[in-house]
Amino acid sequence: MYLALTDEQSFLQEAATAALARCKTVEAARAALDGEPYTDLWPVAVDAGWTGLLVSEDADGVGLGAYEALLILEACGRTLADARLLGHLPATALLEAAGADAERRGALARGERRAALVCPSSGDRPGKVAVALDGSGVAVLDGAVPGVLDADGADVLVVLGRDADGTPVLSVVDAGADGVTVTPKRGYDGSRALANVAFAGARATALTLPADVAPSLGRDLQRALLAAESVGSADGALQMATAYAKDRIAFGRAIGSYQAIKHKLVEMLRLTDGARSLLVATGSAWDAEGREGFTLAANAARTAAADALDYAAPENIFIHGGIGATWEGDAMLYYRRAELSRRLSGGAEAAAATVATALLAG
Amino acid sequence: MSLELTADQQDYRRRFRAWLDEHALHAPPRHVLEPQDDAAVARLRAWQGVLADAGYVGITWPEAAGGPGGTQAEAVIVEQELDARGISGPFDFIGIGMVGPTLMAHGSPEQQDRYLRPLLRGDEFWCQLLSEPGAGSDLANVQTKARQREDGTWLVNGQKVWTSFAQHAAHGIMLARTDPSAAKHKGLTMFAVPMDADGLKIVPLRQITGDAEFNEVFIDDLELPADSVIGAVGDGWRVALTMLGFERVAVGSGLHAVRLERLVAAIAGDDAAREDPALRVRMGQVASQLLSLRHTSERVTAEIADGRTPGPEAGLIKITSVLASLDACRFVVDAIGPDALAGGEWGHQVSALPGVRSAGGTEEILRNLIGERFLGLPPEPRVVPPPAARPVAAATAAPAAPAGATA
Repeated sequence: MYLALTDEQSFLQEAATAALARCKTVEAARAALDGEPYTDLWPVAVDAGWTGLLVSEDADGVGLGAYEALLILEACGRTLADARLLGHLPATALLEAAGADAERRGALARGERRAALVCPSSGDRPGKVAVALDGSGVAVLDGAVPGVLDADGADVLVVLGRDADGTPVLSVVDAGADGVTVTPKRGYDGSRALANVAFAGARATALTLPADVAPSLGRDLQRALLAAESVGSADGALQMATAYAKDRIAFGRAIGSYQAIKHKLVEMLRLTDGARSLLVATGSAWDAEGREGFTLAANAARTAAADALDYAAPENIFIHGGIGATWEGDAMLYYRRAELSRRLSGGAEAAAATVATALLAG
Repeated sequence: MSLELTADQQDYRRRFRAWLDEHALHAPPRHVLEPQDDAAVARLRAWQGVLADAGYVGITWPEAAGGPGGTQAEAVIVEQELDARGISGPFDFIGIGMVGPTLMAHGSPEQQDRYLRPLLRGDEFWCQLLSEPGAGSDLANVQTKARQREDGTWLVNGQKVWTSFAQHAAHGIMLARTDPSAAKHKGLTMFAVPMDADGLKIVPLRQITGDAEFNEVFIDDLELPADSVIGAVGDGWRVALTMLGFERVAVGSGLHAVRLERLVAAIAGDDAAREDPALRVRMGQVASQLLSLRHTSERVTAEIADGRTPGPEAGLIKITSVLASLDACRFVVDAIGPDALAGGEWGHQVSALPGVRSAGGTEEILRNLIGERFLGLPPEPRVVPPPAARPVAAATAAPAAPAGATA
């Protein structure tokens, strides 16, 4: 069952919306396409405590749950903000689960350093990372993952590779370490910080996840965060299209009075609201005993949210007519966000397949 | 977001579980759009009586109406426990969910006294005589005429359609035009009708499934006593709106949705489908929609239990329930082969769902309603009828026709 947001959650959400509004993030997304550097939202994230959201208080974190993170990402998505949390939060969650040393977690929680998650199934194309453990706590990494979220600018990479037996191995390595190559790539959506990551004998610190923590935790959390962001963006597109449909007059009346337009807007609302229900379920599963159902809920949220944004972004353009397809209009920024997001973090279809696999295994 | 139940609510859940352990051994199973023969209906009727006698039907109904005077949260708990065990709830959801609350709002004390208790126990089922061949989503266009005679009694003539369970019902709640000269929404009156009366002919209406869950009801010189009026004469539209408000909540519960467990079982039980990686993506997409539906229903239920008014999601559930379920059925048939169409649950639902899409109002009308109410979009201009037929001012000021066809 679900309650309304707690006071703390409402405050977090309102504060996020207000902080992002001051940064003019939609304009920043446009400026980045025009070749200017994207506005650095990291100081906002640090000030608000978002960087340490999933780190426990013993390491200067806030020690909140996934649902609070999802609320913040939804607020980000609504205004096309990218505060580099999609890489940082799953990476810190894995370090937290593995009990990494407090100094390392503290630097990340305080925002002094930024982390990204490198996982072969979380790039914009499939990747591969082979791990050889040398027996003294060093994991030697070889391989590459293309299109890693937030790897451009990350100080720390949290890496999930596989050893010769195919067993997942978690490790952490500085982005500037020998044998690590991070190649930023310019994307279709200027607000992203994607990079191709390659390892050639890089020496990382091996970490051990407790037996009751699934190695897919980081991947699933990243997909959930991306889902929340997509729900926010779809809602932003809906609000934009609704405002225009009330304002724009054709044949003597507001175009929103025509069923052809009205029904599209309701479809945006339906898909967005349905995906939002799955975010709530994802937050609940995170808090459940043994995180039961988290993989299923997170990947279902990702699937439904990608569908919602895939529908909302182009329909927002269509409702605007020709003006929606111009460089000057903001509709194209939501469209760019949608087209790229769908292919990130392993892609929306991989999340759907994970849903099916989880159901058939359960 | 997870609601911790209060100690009282936890206690209520424990007591209901214990009661079910003792009484539900032979309870009828939950059905999704499956045909019900007379024997099955008799069994469901008996089960409703057992539930009602223990205070587990009409849980929020006040004691004066024969209910246990419980809370929304308790109603939610009962529904969850029945659902979890795959046990049927009370059969007459039309009576309990729609007619009963309407009688409580608009019925006379005598009517409440006469009808509510037998309704609750399932001794007397109800049906809705609302839609007509020319009045579906545009329900206020009802043409069935009731004329009051000198002695105060009424004479009714007309035709109703899409009447679920008319063949099992003891009573019908009927909307008829009592003042043809008044504006469209003004000249209507609501009546209680005994379904065994002379002047009523009930004709089963076969659907795509081959079953006849609906009926046509032909009304030919039906005589009704003066006290069969529910609410005031000429106030039938207001009574109908009350009932349709309850109907939206009831239909919005995702009653007709495919159960995800059945979909998983169908794929898991088919050797070829289970191992086919090419099916996984589509299965995940379909399953995500069903999961979204489930969690949205839980959200609405929790909002109601919490005393809040649900937002647009209550209406959106109806749309998603049909679209996601049809998608799910088609996926299963694609995966396990078209033999599944010829018989069994999947073929039945493939045939039943297109009709469900229009139950409680067509999807298009529902989208209009949600767009106007929750997105604040302007309504389409109403066509103004010729001045001779209806006063212009009253017709344009009338409320938008709600989702109106009977389920």
